[in-house]
Amino acid sequence: MSQATQDSVREDGVIASVSGPVVTARGLDARMNDVVYVGDEGLMGEVIEIEGDLTTIQVYEETSGVGPGEPVESTGEPLTVDLGPGMMDAIYDGVQRPLDVLESKMDSAFLDRGVDAPGIDLDEKWEFEPTVSEGDEVAPGDVVGSVPETVTIEHKVMVPPDFEGGEVVAVEEGEFSVTETVVELDNGEEITMHQEWPVRQARPAAEKKTPREPLVSGQRILDGLFPIAKGGTAAIPGPFGSGKTVTQHQLAKWADADIVVYVGCGERGNEMTEVIEDFPELDDPKTGNPLMARTCLIANTSNMPVAARESCIYTGITIAEYYRDMGYDVALMADSTSRWAEAMREISSRLEEMPGEEGYPAYLAARLSEFYERAGYFTTVNGEEGSVSVIGAVSPPGGDFSEPVTQNTLRIVKTFWALDADLAERRHFPAINWNESYSLYQEQLDPWFVENVEDDWADERQWAVDVLDEENELQEIVQLVGKDALPEDQQLTLEIARYLREAYLQQNAFHPTDTYCSPEKTYGILTAIHTFNDEAFKALEAGVPVEEIQAIEAAPRLNRIGVQEDWEAYIEDLKAEITEQLRELY
Amino acid sequence: MKEYQTITEISGPLVFAEVDEPIGYDEIVEIETPQGETKRGQVLESSEGLVAIQVFEGTTGIDRNASVRFLGETLKMPVTEDLLGRVLDGSGQPIDGGPEIVPDERRDIVGAAINPYSREYPEEFIQTGVSAIDGMNTLVRGQKLPIFSASGLPHNNLALQIARQATVPEDEDSGEESEFAVVFGAMGITQEEANEFMEDFERTGALERSVVFTNLADDPAVERTVTPRLALTTAEYLAFDKDYHVLVILTDMTNYCEALREIGAAREEVPGRRGYPGYMYTDLAQLYERAGRIEGREGSVTQIPILTMPGDDDTHPIPDLTGYITEGQIYIDRDLNSQGIRPPINPLPSLSRLMDDGIGEGLTREDHADVSDQMYAAYAEGEDLRDLVNIVGREALSERDNKYLDFAERFEAEFVNQGFDTDRSIEDTLDIGWDLLSMLPKSELNRIDEELIEDYYEEDAESVEAEA
Repeated sequence: MSQATQDSVREDGVIASVSGPVVTARGLDARMNDVVYVGDEGLMGEVIEIEGDLTTIQVYEETSGVGPGEPVESTGEPLTVDLGPGMMDAIYDGVQRPLDVLESKMDSAFLDRGVDAPGIDLDEKWEFEPTVSEGDEVAPGDVVGSVPETVTIEHKVMVPPDFEGGEVVAVEEGEFSVTETVVELDNGEEITMHQEWPVRQARPAAEKKTPREPLVSGQRILDGLFPIAKGGTAAIPGPFGSGKTVTQHQLAKWADADIVVYVGCGERGNEMTEVIEDFPELDDPKTGNPLMARTCLIANTSNMPVAARESCIYTGITIAEYYRDMGYDVALMADSTSRWAEAMREISSRLEEMPGEEGYPAYLAARLSEFYERAGYFTTVNGEEGSVSVIGAVSPPGGDFSEPVTQNTLRIVKTFWALDADLAERRHFPAINWNESYSLYQEQLDPWFVENVEDDWADERQWAVDVLDEENELQEIVQLVGKDALPEDQQLTLEIARYLREAYLQQNAFHPTDTYCSPEKTYGILTAIHTFNDEAFKALEAGVPVEEIQAIEAAPRLNRIGVQEDWEAYIEDLKAEITEQLRELY
Repeated sequence: MKEYQTITEISGPLVFAEVDEPIGYDEIVEIETPQGETKRGQVLESSEGLVAIQVFEGTTGIDRNASVRFLGETLKMPVTEDLLGRVLDGSGQPIDGGPEIVPDERRDIVGAAINPYSREYPEEFIQTGVSAIDGMNTLVRGQKLPIFSASGLPHNNLALQIARQATVPEDEDSGEESEFAVVFGAMGITQEEANEFMEDFERTGALERSVVFTNLADDPAVERTVTPRLALTTAEYLAFDKDYHVLVILTDMTNYCEALREIGAAREEVPGRRGYPGYMYTDLAQLYERAGRIEGREGSVTQIPILTMPGDDDTHPIPDLTGYITEGQIYIDRDLNSQGIRPPINPLPSLSRLMDDGIGEGLTREDHADVSDQMYAAYAEGEDLRDLVNIVGREALSERDNKYLDFAERFEAEFVNQGFDTDRSIEDTLDIGWDLLSMLPKSELNRIDEELIEDYYEEDAESVEAEA
């Protein structure tokens, strides 16, 4: 919450009752969703229900020891985030309090209560370079200058969307803090580098367009088979241990977005620490700068207060939209949206609302679709193009995809990466099931791949899909009669499919080279397997027994393409050798 | 301190009383029955004039004339280093006949969340001496790794084996192996099980470096919601104030969850899945997340919660929610158990999420990751083939398939099976791994680096016939 609003504190009320994170207050003059400070310690909360004189508040902090009679103050403002330079390389809790600042303010490794801190440092000086001069007309959303926020990101200072705009009468240049005025307009509006925006309200944009560019992830199965567009939405459901978090981390590391907002919603503390420790050491494959220079982390671990878990998703998407307005491609990872839905359920049940399916509130579907609708490829208010892609992990209880959160999510998102416990169990990673997953962006993205990678991108993909489909059918027979009972050509198809699975679909996230695979390399691996396929079937037709084909020395080397630094030469060499060794057999 | 004789309703573990002053949420309450017995409880809901109290020791004997005292503070655990070697009941009172505990400090048992920014990522290998864990699902300091078991399986023996054998291999500077302090929290286990643990602790001398909390099966169920918090508060104190490496064993989490359900039902809350409260995820997370390491502090808290899956079903809410919070899980397998494999750990569904950063050169051995990956893959393949053998018989399978079948047999009999008293070093574990992998032709080892194959592969082993 912003500090700027604290002096506008209005009427006081008193606590009437306390039950976990839900507190009711009497005599409070507050509007729906206003932020309030609860109790002697001033715990932050939000109004979620008003009934006569009784106001119900969800409190973002632990309420042990808080009792009736203690004061409640309203700020008269909804939950907002502070927007401005300093958000990159930051790590926040669910209500945008910087965790590093909290650590020093509380002087403890444990999270204390009643400590507030603004989302961006209000005193830090930034080098402001104006792009407008006196006499220019500016409208809401227009860029008036820029600030080098990190080595990678040029932070654009914009006229806030709720301003009227007008003629510029004064412009400053040089070092300023975010609260100092840098541009003044003729109607008296003063523009600073700091904006506030209510998290539950989408920031305005001019137009939502059809996405036509892929968000290249460097993960073969995603780019190759189930791509997501810039501005698209994807869901990753999977039971525990199937690799949701690793997949999300991989995307956060390698996706070719300008900005990454990573929301750890109700997940493990150690996982967030891994991100905090790893990301500053990793390089952005696009710019070579540290990954953190383009990343904003929001960490609300599972043991942090449940109400802040409910809000962290909104905090994240609002920050994402702000950078989108600057014309950047932003990717937001939410891990996990199920925890967010559960937070809603928990609060809803404390309010004794009538539950919908499996105890979730009846508005679950509405909230989910509202959230995913904030993604998209936009023309921004100032005419730039920017996008927000949303990738949400889903943790279905017992791995059962028929539960409400998964089902309601699938109705909205266009890319579905189904994680599979069986694959994970046999250490096939990423454990994305190729039979169940889909991407509805495939066709609208194919032109991009054709233009930027290779003409027959779509055909090669179709070939791979066909082989995998056939394998799926053959496996059923194999389960009954054994592999050796199949005709030779089908045995060979199984062998080809095996290489597709092992060399193409599997990818080692922990191998320094294999962790990122460019679309060109993805395509290259596929053609290598295709070459083996074509040559092997020729050999089979010429009467070579399938055992001999399988036994050629070069074939297992297909599995090692992924880890090759110099893959182009390796593939060329391998194709030649496979061809030679197979032709020697007849 | 004001005393009230204003109880209006008693229902299951809950007591409702009228009050004329504000009472804090979670505050501790003492209720004195007319017979002079004092029971403790905690405020579950506080509103003007009325509070709901959850009574730990059960509400038997309380009537409307019982007097209620609010202590004005939340539940605290008296902590001191002298707790090591002591045995306490489920609410923290000594039951070993030892001297009274003089606390250094009294700590709130709810415990604040560790700031994720202040955490240090766990990556120090713990050698448990159990191959199926060390080799395939490595435990590291600061991890929470539950044991998923079921009724009638020897999970307690495994927990004891880990408590006995767990060491962090020699520190290069000091040349010492560091031992763990053990905090043991028992919830609703039988007297017999408790004796088993106590005898083992005493026999091996582990008791000296242990703090034991026991809530037995016939102790009040509501008390079980407090026991793990007392244990974890003690563990945090020992780890982060007194620099101990603490291993916390909590058993049985299923009983804990049953107690949560009981309270939820008494409060007439809207239930979630299978009648468990909707906030069970948050509640369990508040326990499990109290494992970890903190930057700048010497000690660590490592958790091994044990739970018994009702009906061996891992989609049941208790194992399911646990699996989503903890960093992996160890499965105890009924089939392996009946085959006499000890410990009967099934590595296929088991997982340690923190393994990758805790192993490798300088931590365990350079080949650890590859060997473990390859064994998983090979064992999984062998397992698959077993189904097929049942239908078509072994003769109908190719030579390659037969090798995998042999591998699976030997993997269970030699790698997983080691008995509850054998303590294997990580080198031994990996060497046995190579011994088994060398049954397979080199070309099948596609997950192992070529150089490592050169160094470790045992050429002649290929021809050795499997004992199975």
